[in-house]
Amino acid sequence: MEGPVIEVRALTKRFREIVAVNEISFSVPPGNITALLGSNGAGKTTTLSLLLGLLIPTSGEIRVLGVDIRRDRYRALPRMNFTSPYVDLPHRLTAEENLRVYAHLYGIRDGPARIRRLASELEFEPMLRRPYGQLSAGQKTRVALAKSLLNEPELLLMDEPTASLDPDMADYVRSYLTAYQRRSGASILMASHNMAEVERMCTDVIILREGKIVTRGNPAALRAQHDRATLEEVFIDIARNAEGHSRRQASS
Amino acid sequence: MTDRPLALSARRVGGMVLRYLYLMRSSWPRVVELVYWPTVQMILWGFISKFLATNSWWVAQTAGVLISGVLLWDILNRGQLGVSLMFFEEMYARNLGHLFVSPLRALELAAALLTMSLLRTLISFTGAALLAIPLYHFSIYTLGLPLVVFFFNLIVTGWAVGLMVAGLVLRFGLGAESLAWVAIFALSPISGIYYPIEVLPGWLQTVAFFIPASHVFEGMRALMIEGVFRSDLFVNAVVLNLAYLGLGLLVFLGAFRAARKHGLLINIGE
Repeated sequence: MEGPVIEVRALTKRFREIVAVNEISFSVPPGNITALLGSNGAGKTTTLSLLLGLLIPTSGEIRVLGVDIRRDRYRALPRMNFTSPYVDLPHRLTAEENLRVYAHLYGIRDGPARIRRLASELEFEPMLRRPYGQLSAGQKTRVALAKSLLNEPELLLMDEPTASLDPDMADYVRSYLTAYQRRSGASILMASHNMAEVERMCTDVIILREGKIVTRGNPAALRAQHDRATLEEVFIDIARNAEGHSRRQASS
Repeated sequence: MTDRPLALSARRVGGMVLRYLYLMRSSWPRVVELVYWPTVQMILWGFISKFLATNSWWVAQTAGVLISGVLLWDILNRGQLGVSLMFFEEMYARNLGHLFVSPLRALELAAALLTMSLLRTLISFTGAALLAIPLYHFSIYTLGLPLVVFFFNLIVTGWAVGLMVAGLVLRFGLGAESLAWVAIFALSPISGIYYPIEVLPGWLQTVAFFIPASHVFEGMRALMIEGVFRSDLFVNAVVLNLAYLGLGLLVFLGAFRAARKHGLLINIGE
């Protein structure tokens, strides 16, 4: 892919009086891992949902993989995928049954072989025949991650990909995703609250606050710009400045 | 809008049917439920028929008219529940977010729901109808080809109501799921399941004319009592069903669009 994998212009989403995403514009170049950061309610999940076409924007333009998502999302959806620990898979179906269903939905011809390979790589092969609802939170996260990689997406959107994983498995998943990105040349956009993870994996960071982009850059540039040693300190600075700003506004 | 919402992929529809078959395989109560209620209804109305056959001239003139009514009504009921309940499974599982970031279209989900409804209704109807043979020496299969015509007309009415209920529950949340259990019963008094439409007051007969099931049950009685297949009633039922199925699909697809506008596909719940 030559141009940006994601191109957003003046994107706004309102839910009645609440402006969840407020006139944001950004683009994501191909072959990057980009982080979408922000406090709770900053608009990260809404932005991901808009990019996936799960939400219809109030106004603005979204192009994903060169496709206008508002007009033609079904041309882009087979080439992208999504995972979030907050969106479930059916509990009564086994891990393998769930993955088989999604292999059908994504039109994957060698579905069973690909499922076995992913299960082996993500170390949940012994759990394939167990009902999804009986898996631990970490095991569920890995099955959902396998679901998101079934179609070998060119663009992978992730909402807190390592939430609920133990440090060892989280480290393994980060290495796996980084290797997948390098091997496939795919682009990844991930929302995360884990700053160490972002510093390790991402080459580009977008920080949202109250539905707007407040800053953007690679982790090293952001640390230098804010004169801080870690991205976590940068994040806290931005969040507390906003709270201070809100408090000042309230008291005046 | 160039999203071609009417395009269908047999592979994706098959994937969703597979999902529901896996679900049924994993849960025996879901399978028992399919045959339990139609069988209980058939047994109850079988005894009522037996009693009335000796005490009612109208029932006595043809055996099985009430049992046929019960069995055919259950096609409509099961047809609707098959669509609504399978759709609710996605909401209980909070799976709609994953489904609709895949290339699955709302119309493909609807096609899978209708396929599952057909399978579930065939299982429940066949079980109850076969049991009526040894219990009451009555076989609804003696109706022959018209039975197929009645079956499809009734199940299509059920599909139309089921799609509307699914759409409303998607739009207004699982708090509205009781609609699935009660919606179809609003049609029962004016469908003429157990009595001819002519017993209704004039204005209610006019309302009943617009219910496809009323034409099916009138047609059933014409066949069983007079021995004639009323093609006029058949045409009425088909035309009305096509209109209602179209309306059901519009409500279902419209609810998906509204869900995408209001952010309901991820945050679905009560």
